[in-house]
Order: sequence, then structure tokens, then C-alpha cells
Amino acid sequence: MRARAWGSGVLVLALLVVSPALVSEYTLTSVLTQALWLGLAASTMTFLSAYGGMVSLAQVGVYAVAGFTLANTVTTESSKGLNLGWNPWLSVLAGVVVATIFGTLIGAIGSRSTGIYFLMLTLIFGVIVNLFFGSVVELSGFSGISAVRTIGPVGDPVGDPARLFYVALVCCVVFYLLMRYLVRTPFGLTLQGIRDDPVRMSSLGYRVSLHRTVAFGFAAFVASFAGILFTWWNDQSIQPSSVGVERVLDLLVIAVIGGLGRIEGAWIGALFFTLIATNIQNYTVDIPLIGALGERFHTVLGLIFLVIVLVSPGGIVGLGESLVTRIRKSAPPTADAAPASG
Amino acid sequence: MAVGLANARIGRQLVLLLGAAAAAFLVYWIGFGADRPAVDDPNSFVYTLLDGISISAVYFIVASGFTLMFGLMRVVNMAHGSLFVLGAYVALTLQQHMVGVGSEEAVNSSDATFVNWVLPALAGAGVAAVVGLLIQQTLLRWNQGQDLRQALITIAVSIIAADQLLAHFGGIAKNMTWPNSLNDFVDFHVHGILYTRIKLFILALAIVIGAMLWIWLKRTRTGMVIRAGVDDRAMVSALGVNIQLVFAAAFLIGSALAGFGGAVWASQAGVAPGTDGSFLLHSLVVVIIGGMGSLGGAAVGSLLYGLVGTLAQAYLPGAYSSYSIIFTFMLLAVVLALRPTGLFGREA
Repeated sequence: MRARAWGSGVLVLALLVVSPALVSEYTLTSVLTQALWLGLAASTMTFLSAYGGMVSLAQVGVYAVAGFTLANTVTTESSKGLNLGWNPWLSVLAGVVVATIFGTLIGAIGSRSTGIYFLMLTLIFGVIVNLFFGSVVELSGFSGISAVRTIGPVGDPVGDPARLFYVALVCCVVFYLLMRYLVRTPFGLTLQGIRDDPVRMSSLGYRVSLHRTVAFGFAAFVASFAGILFTWWNDQSIQPSSVGVERVLDLLVIAVIGGLGRIEGAWIGALFFTLIATNIQNYTVDIPLIGALGERFHTVLGLIFLVIVLVSPGGIVGLGESLVTRIRKSAPPTADAAPASG
Repeated sequence: MAVGLANARIGRQLVLLLGAAAAAFLVYWIGFGADRPAVDDPNSFVYTLLDGISISAVYFIVASGFTLMFGLMRVVNMAHGSLFVLGAYVALTLQQHMVGVGSEEAVNSSDATFVNWVLPALAGAGVAAVVGLLIQQTLLRWNQGQDLRQALITIAVSIIAADQLLAHFGGIAKNMTWPNSLNDFVDFHVHGILYTRIKLFILALAIVIGAMLWIWLKRTRTGMVIRAGVDDRAMVSALGVNIQLVFAAAFLIGSALAGFGGAVWASQAGVAPGTDGSFLLHSLVVVIIGGMGSLGGAAVGSLLYGLVGTLAQAYLPGAYSSYSIIFTFMLLAVVLALRPTGLFGREA
């Protein structure tokens, strides 16, 4: 089973590596690259939920901080922002550092709240970031910052989108493996212990809120890379409206569709999301009460989300798995159909 | 790792210190800062204070419904903002019909009578109540106790509702119109203070609603059952009370308050796509500060939130007034550092 999982992982990776040669530039940018950075952002949400028991809606706020820090420090001639004109690599570093510190701070404030309180609190912090950059004209203002320069390997995301795609792919692979590794370290195991029974872990001498804070800080560190990729992907610009409450909910939908229990599900959810988002306008069916299907992306998305939440806690992958299990159970056992326990 | 935060107590003290510093700065600036705005112009300070209280009144109307639902059923209704906007749109559309103007234009102030405002506002509250009850009966009733799942379900509802309201009412901000009889000033006969009657009306509405809720919860049989249900749902049920009926009543009232708040806000500032999200946010901030499920907490939370926001915006030095959102952040951080379940909250 383990070998099979690795095998399918390598297969998916190989497919992704050759995909820029197979699909159009539009598909590459709007579907695949977007799915990569959205998946990276959503995976931090999944990580916190699956291993820390914290459903955070602040991840968009965190990656927005990274994006805005990058944009403020790197630009030279943008109409808004500080226009510090730093070296792009240095700006990326600044974005990551500032967003990680911000995330750790939020984690520290929220670390004593759990469950539904944590969800509400992180939603507030996520939206406060958006309001902050929307109202502070020195740092952004309503129209946001454009002409954000990229680092050398990324080059020009519009002229040569394949390079941004590969950089995003490398980020995703590295952080996916890092998260998988982290949950097996003593820190990760403690975190899972806290998720299951914080009172017992606390009486065993573990520092519950410290572990939660550090986990949140780590998730912010990963999310900050998603924010930087997003800023380059988003026509090298970032606006408060592109990181608003709608985006927060999109990310939640992605994480839930992918299944909040598995990190890799985040990218499956993200791909699902971008595929619907880019293809829905081709459907011009007029549905009574709902309206023209092609224009009602969020209605469709909300309905899918609702169905997933109602019937399948494991997301769309879990839905598929339970269907397969059900079919295998109902089918008469044959020689080559091994029981679905492996 | 994270040595500075190694001790939660140090972190808490740090937050407290920062919060105290921010509050001290604000008080200093208002009272004694460079141009001493509060001392030199006490009237404008009183107006700012009253503005803060009247916005708190709107927050309270909306958040009291939110906290009622949570207190009894542990349901965090993330679609509360959608019910708010739904009430607003229903009310303003009905007002347009009653006065007889097209759906694109606002009702002229001289045409708006008291009846033309009260009936649409109550209708908005009624529609929101019915829709809220439908959501509770169809989507939430059968998974009682799974609070995270219920929150996700109501988020799904809010996503669908936001998109559908955008489709039906468009993306442009729409306004309802206050009755013309409220469009004047009340003379306080103190230091020449004149204040708009509308904002005092909003404050009166909030006080009446708060008092009615208080009487309902503390002085009637239904209220007694609700309070008992908050403490021990299973026991109340075992005593032969139809708890599902009580839940339905609480959801109905809570949703009606959201819809009514929507009508008030539509008249005061107008509604547009995004208003649902911001009022969900306001409700969340209020109940997190005040404590989920507590009526008094909702009142105190609304006041703190409304006042801090208004004072910071009005009295931060000119160039920095856009930073006022930071003070909301600080307020939350300080309250949570002191009491993770809010000022009047109890452990869930």
C-alpha cells in the first residue's frame, strides 16, 4: 500500500512536470498554476485541522500579509505602497518572515480557544488584514499594488507562464513532504495528542498552547509562500479585494472538498475548484430559481460544498472511497478482487 | 523554538501591556494630545460618543439574535449576515412598492411615512425569521451537537445566499428611507447639543429590543425553559418539555432580529454585496468580546466594539486615522488574553 501511494505520487508528479507541454497557456495558468498555489494555501488549513484540530480561516489573511509585504518592498514605480525597491529575493524573505511572525502572533492569541471559537476568531483576524490594507493608503489602499517584480527563476509570468508553474510545483512538493515529515516528529505526535485530548496532554506536562502556537506559526510560514506565488500569479499585483472574505470562504470550500483529514486532498480540492471556475461560463443553461448557470459560479460551488458537508466528512476523495468500498462490498468476491482492507 | 512565547503567561502579559499602552495612548490623545480635541471641543466629543453608541445599538440588535441561537443550541449561524441582508432587501423592496417608485431608485424622504417604514421593516424581519427557521429545520435539526459541521453548513448557505442575492438585487448599494418625521434634531438643552433624531431612534430600538429579550428570557416560562436548556438540554427534555419547539422559537426570534437589524442598517447606510460578510463579522466580534450566549455580554461587547472603533477613527491623528482597525484587533486580543471565552462567557 505504501509503495502504491509513492508510485501514484510519482506518477502525478511526472504528469505535472510534462503538463506545460500538453496544455494551453491559459489552462496552465488558470487551472494548474492556480490549483498549485491555492492548494498550497489550503493545505496549511488541512494541516492545522487534521493534526492540530484547529480549523483556521486566517490563512488567507496570513498569505495576504506575505503578498503585501513583498509588494511594498519590491516595487519601484507602483502608484501605491512604499516602493522600497529591494532585491526581489530579499523581499520574498521579508514577506515570509513578516507573515510567519504575524501568524505566530495570531496563533498565540487564539491558542487557548478551540473548535468553533477558534474558527470565528481566525475569521475575524483574516478579515481584519483585508480591512487594514484596504483602509491604509500608505501600504496599499483599495486599488492595491501592481508591478510586483519577480525573482529570476520566475521571470515574466505572463510571457512565460511555465516558469511560475514549475516554481509553484517545487514549492508544493517541498512543503508537502515537509508537512508529512513534521507530523511524524515528536513535535507532530505531541500536536496530535493535543488534538485528541488537550486536558490529558496538559496534565502530562506538555505545553498545549505553545504547541498550538508553533503549529500555527509553521502553517503561516508555508502559507506565506502561497501568498507570494499568488501575488506573482495575479498579474504581479495584489489588492485587498483579492484577499477578502470571499477568498477566505473559497479556501475553506477547497479544503473541505479535498477532505479536511488529508493534506494532499487540498490540491485535489483546488484542482476541482479551478476546473469549475474556468469552465462554468461555457454552460449557458438557465435553471429556474438559480439563474443562468454559467454566471452563478458561487451558487454551484456553494451547493457542492453543502452536499459534501452534509454527506461526506472526508471530502470528495472520501466520497469516492466510500463509493468504491460500497461497490466492492456489494459485488460478489472474485479471485483478483482483494478485500479493501489493504 | 519560539522562546519568547515559551510561557503562555508571559505572552498574556505582553498582550495586556500592549493593550494598556494602546488604550492609554488613545485616552491621552483625546484628552491631552497636541490639539486636545476633547477638551477644546467637548460638543464634538459628545457627538462622537453618541455616534459610537448608536452604531453599537445596531451591532447589538444583530448580535443579540446571534448570541441567542448560540446560547441555546450551540449553533454558530454563519448565515446570520445573509439573513441580515435578506431582511434589508425585502424591507427596502417593500418600501419601494408601498411608495410606488421603481426598484432602481430610493424612496424620497418626503414620501416616507412612519407606516411606510415600520411595515417593511417588520416584513423584512418576518421573511428572515421564516428563512432562518427553514434552515434550522431542514439543515441543522438532525445534527445537533456537531458544532463545526453546523458552522460549515451555514457557511455553505451563506455562499449560496450571497450569490443569489447578487443575482436578484444587483451589485449596486441600495438604500431604504427613514420616515420623514425622524429627519430632525433633538435639542438636549445642555451646552447647545443638538443630535439627530434618527440615531436616537436606533438607540431606543436597541434598548426596547434588549429589554424585551431580557424580560422574555428572565420573566416568562419559555425563557425559563430556554435558560434551563442552556444548562442541561437532556434534563429539560427528560422533564417532558418539547425542546425542539423551544429551539425553533429561539431560531425564529434570532433570525427575525437579524432581518430587523438589516432594515435599520439599510435605512442608515444602505446594503450592497459584502454587507452580509461585514455584519457577520460584527456579530462575531461582539459575541467573542462579550461571551457567546450571554445577552448582557452582547450589550457590553457591542458598546466596547462600537466605541473603540468610533473613537479611534475620530481621534487618531489625521494621517493615521485609517489605522483605527488596529484598535479593534487590540481590543479582541486583550479580551481574549484575559478571558478566552469572552467577558461574560462560560466554558462551552
